[in-house]
Amino acid sequence: MMLKFIVRRLLQLVPVLIGVTFLVFIMLHITPGDPAEVLAGEGATVETIENINERLGLNEPLHQQYLSFLSNAVQFDFGTSWRTGREVSSEIAPRFFVTLELAIYSTILSVFLGVIAGVISAVRRYSLTDVTIMLVALFGLSMPNFWLGLMLMQWFAVKLDWLPATGWGSGSQVILPVIALGTAGAAIIARMTRSSMLEIISQDYIRTARAKGVTEKVVIYRHALRNAMIPVVTVVGLQFGYLLGGAVLTETVFAINGLGRLVVDRIASRDFPVIQASILVIASLFVFVNVLVDISYRILNKRIDLD
Amino acid sequence: MDHDSILKINDLKTYFKIDDQKVVKAVDGVSFEVPKGKTLGIVGESGSGKSITALSILQLLDEPGEIVGGEILFNGDNLIEKSIPEMRKIRGNQISMIFQEPMTSLNPVHTIGNQISETIDIHQKLSRTESKKKTIELLELVGIPSPEKRIKQYPFELSGGMRQRVMIAIALASNPELLIADEPTTALDVTIQAQILELIKDLQDQLGMSVMLITHDLGVVAETCDYVAVMYAGKVVEYSDVETLFEDPKHPYTVGLLNSLPRHDIKQEELTPIDGMVPSPFEMPVGCRFAPRCPHATDLCREKLPSLWELNKDQEVRCWIYTEEWDGDQEVKVSDSLNLA
Amino acid sequence: MTHSTLLKVSGLKQYFPIKGGFFGGKVNDVKAVDDISFEVNEGETVSIVGESGCGKSTTGRSILRFETPTAGEVIFDGTNLTTVSKKELKQLRSELQIIFQDPYASLNPRQTVRQILYEAIDIQKVVPKGEREDYLFELLELVGIQPSQADRFPHEFSGGQRQRIGIARALSVKPKLIICDEAVSALDVSIQAQVLNLLKKLQREMGLTYLFIAHDLGVVRHISDKIIVMYLGKIVEMGDSEEIFENPQHPYTKALLSAIPVPNPKKKSQRILLKGDVPSPMNVPSGCRFHTRCPFATEYCAKKVPELRTPNDQETVNHVAACHYMEEIDFSSLEYSKNV
Ligand SMILES: Nc1ncnc2c1ncn2[C@@H]1O[C@H](COP(=O)(O)OP(=O)(O)OP(=O)(O)O)[C@@H](O)[C@H]1O
Ligand SMILES: Nc1ncnc2c1ncn2[C@@H]1O[C@H](COP(=O)(O)OP(=O)(O)OP(=O)(O)O)[C@@H](O)[C@H]1O
Ligand code: SF4
Ligand SMILES: [Mg+2]
Ligand SMILES: [Mg+2]
Repeated sequence: MMLKFIVRRLLQLVPVLIGVTFLVFIMLHITPGDPAEVLAGEGATVETIENINERLGLNEPLHQQYLSFLSNAVQFDFGTSWRTGREVSSEIAPRFFVTLELAIYSTILSVFLGVIAGVISAVRRYSLTDVTIMLVALFGLSMPNFWLGLMLMQWFAVKLDWLPATGWGSGSQVILPVIALGTAGAAIIARMTRSSMLEIISQDYIRTARAKGVTEKVVIYRHALRNAMIPVVTVVGLQFGYLLGGAVLTETVFAINGLGRLVVDRIASRDFPVIQASILVIASLFVFVNVLVDISYRILNKRIDLD
Repeated sequence: MDHDSILKINDLKTYFKIDDQKVVKAVDGVSFEVPKGKTLGIVGESGSGKSITALSILQLLDEPGEIVGGEILFNGDNLIEKSIPEMRKIRGNQISMIFQEPMTSLNPVHTIGNQISETIDIHQKLSRTESKKKTIELLELVGIPSPEKRIKQYPFELSGGMRQRVMIAIALASNPELLIADEPTTALDVTIQAQILELIKDLQDQLGMSVMLITHDLGVVAETCDYVAVMYAGKVVEYSDVETLFEDPKHPYTVGLLNSLPRHDIKQEELTPIDGMVPSPFEMPVGCRFAPRCPHATDLCREKLPSLWELNKDQEVRCWIYTEEWDGDQEVKVSDSLNLA
Repeated sequence: MTHSTLLKVSGLKQYFPIKGGFFGGKVNDVKAVDDISFEVNEGETVSIVGESGCGKSTTGRSILRFETPTAGEVIFDGTNLTTVSKKELKQLRSELQIIFQDPYASLNPRQTVRQILYEAIDIQKVVPKGEREDYLFELLELVGIQPSQADRFPHEFSGGQRQRIGIARALSVKPKLIICDEAVSALDVSIQAQVLNLLKKLQREMGLTYLFIAHDLGVVRHISDKIIVMYLGKIVEMGDSEEIFENPQHPYTKALLSAIPVPNPKKKSQRILLKGDVPSPMNVPSGCRFHTRCPFATEYCAKKVPELRTPNDQETVNHVAACHYMEEIDFSSLEYSKNV
């Protein structure tokens, strides 16, 4: 049953991803700026440009270009970069893992912080702790991540010199970008967890648990939290998408060689193959995470039929 | 009254403080007792304070509910003076409770087996295998077929009647001395209600426990209870043994209730409803709380609150008619207006 | 009492498809109502009783065409409701009203009683605008609500009063038939009695016809002229009220009646305890649908669907039941519950 569900969910991804590539393709081709001209550099002759167009297949009709991109992509062949001439896949792969790491660490941070803060807030409803946590969350939510990144860098790297300002790899380099990127998510998850917990705590089965004589800790962790997590899981999935978007800025601020930064760089030089492949990879990651979320949602929430 | 009682409640008051001016006196001076090994029924209209009384006993009140006075004597010990950890040892162990809504009273994300064994594990020191064995025994006891299979199921896989059986199994896990059942069958169909009531009675005979059964169904009271407390607007207005209550009810409200009841077992021409409606918790009458709806009410009733008056060993009533001070018709016999076949 | 038929339901079926499978196609049907027929005469009260999920509400909804019936005919006052156009149906709605269980959910919380009733009156253009207020006060008085309370909101009333407002709204369009779906189930007995008496009074004074859906057999006995007992989408027994209560023929009716606690501690009922739960309507048992729980079932019952018929030797009475063995069944042979 579960397997069937997973297979079906994965199959449903195919049209979504095709749609994404199509949109990206169209957008790249309708944005002003001829890639051949950019590649040829300033003052290039018409002939040179025409040559480049010919070589890159840019003279073919649009739908032809799209179809050949698609049929290659299906075989995981994304061609070569127009800018560097290297295989797109080898350009992307190392960058992708950096972004993935950044995203995963940030997600872990926001889930961990968010859930703990949310539970504490809910259990101590209307107390000073609750009010403080919710204020901090509101603050974290309204702060743009690049700005938070700059602030963190200013304080902890420049002024205090505790942590490195840029780069990625060593443990100490990871801390600031992950905090910059994970804070907003933590805030959202904290608020969601709190309201979800408050709703669950007033359910009949919580009263049943108390009537059994279990301690308040067990009531919260065994009986309330798992139910309260059901809506939170969905939020985490959505959050992951924002996070991937936010990674672009964070990577730029901290000079991290991730996928986001790569895309930004290559948009300037109209390196279509790299851009398309990067976005496809990010989109796949996003939808895949959402399938994972769906699956864990089902596991948490036994009441839902798998059909 | 001097029964050998497992539970004796004296002048219990549980209030909900809404704000500085508004206080809902949900339970306002309730007294009754549950004789050992017997079943006490608590009847009364919606909002009369039945559930809040029950929740007060186990101190499971939601905010801002608070016990502000009275005594709850369980085997002679006043539960109100107990600390929270002491209460936890009593809950689910010596006193168990089952609730009205079987559909929502079980945790949807845990298996039936885990929800039953949880109670066993809290109150008894048993190994895992023993605890599992006991869980299966309990499911058998409450009449659930193929218990080995059921322990792995989740609540959504069970019907309402089956869930209520599971709730009963949870309640019985530690052989409680007192079972509080708050409308255990109200949400169920009559044929399933019959099964569940039968089950509770059987188990009571087998295990010798006392039962406090909250219901608004006078039929259920007549068939399953030994004693009855009738509640109205946060107070007990009549307490008596079940036969006397139906044959010779003393309180005008009890009579009104019996006269309002459409019956399936006899043909009635006309129902005699009680006029008016239950007073709002914010505008309680100063005198007898039933006076605005009572056909016998006098000025005395409207001005002064009657107390719960012991008529004889088995009957108490909160009504001025049965006192020296009564200023109305001296010949009045309340149960005469009972129009039963 | 007149004897003209106001409502005639024949062969009514209401199936709900169950979607599923890999492509979300139809895999099965919920046979909520499965081929039922009955008649309601003008000025009488016919009740539908049965356990939760047996199809009582669905019957009411299909008659009103809130659902489009899968099969069958509903003739109301000479018009076939299953084939009339939406427009005609809208006009007929004034003659056919429904009152629901939850008086609160069916009243718009942001409208005053006056607005609620005016809306109903205006849609069907019952009285000219100038006479609306008089008519409103008349209605409120009729159902026992002070006209001075007309400008209050539903939440300012008690449950019983809200139900009276629901009744006033149904009455406002001068209907012939009112379907009461568990209209008094949520009320306390003392208030329930008030509303039941009100319904009876209105019937006497205005010649109303009720199709009364309920699961409380005490209420049903009190109000009905005829009773329809349903089980899993089918009628198992039907007849005059007194006949059903005093002389039930179908084992299910008998069990249902015996399961109701009697408010008399001296007269403990002889209870037939049915085993198990009602089967799922997605998967109805073969033959007689009751055979899985019936203490008298034979192999034949699992094969052959029993038809509704008059019990032998009782041709004179208005009473039918669907059981192969109703003449032979000896209820006294049953093992009754222990605690009797
Ligand atoms: N959390 C709360 N806050 C304020 N008032 C409350 C709260 N819970 C209950 N009450 C009030 O306490 C009174 C008694 O309620 P209770 O639930 O005991 O009634 P009941 O007799 O069990 O009624 P029912 O038959 O409807 O279950 C009611 O007036 C109710 O409004
Ligand atoms: N729209 C729908 N889609 C699918 N199934 C439905 C739908 N409406 C009703 N059902 C099913 O049809 C069956 C009959 O439902 P119905 O509401 O008529 O029962 P009822 O006799 O009124 O029960 P109750 O006493 O609980 O109100 C039930 O099994 C119900 O789940
Ligand atoms: S005290 Fe008075 S008002 Fe109250 S019940 Fe007795 S007679 Fe009626
Ligand atoms: Mg209650
Ligand atoms: Mg219904």
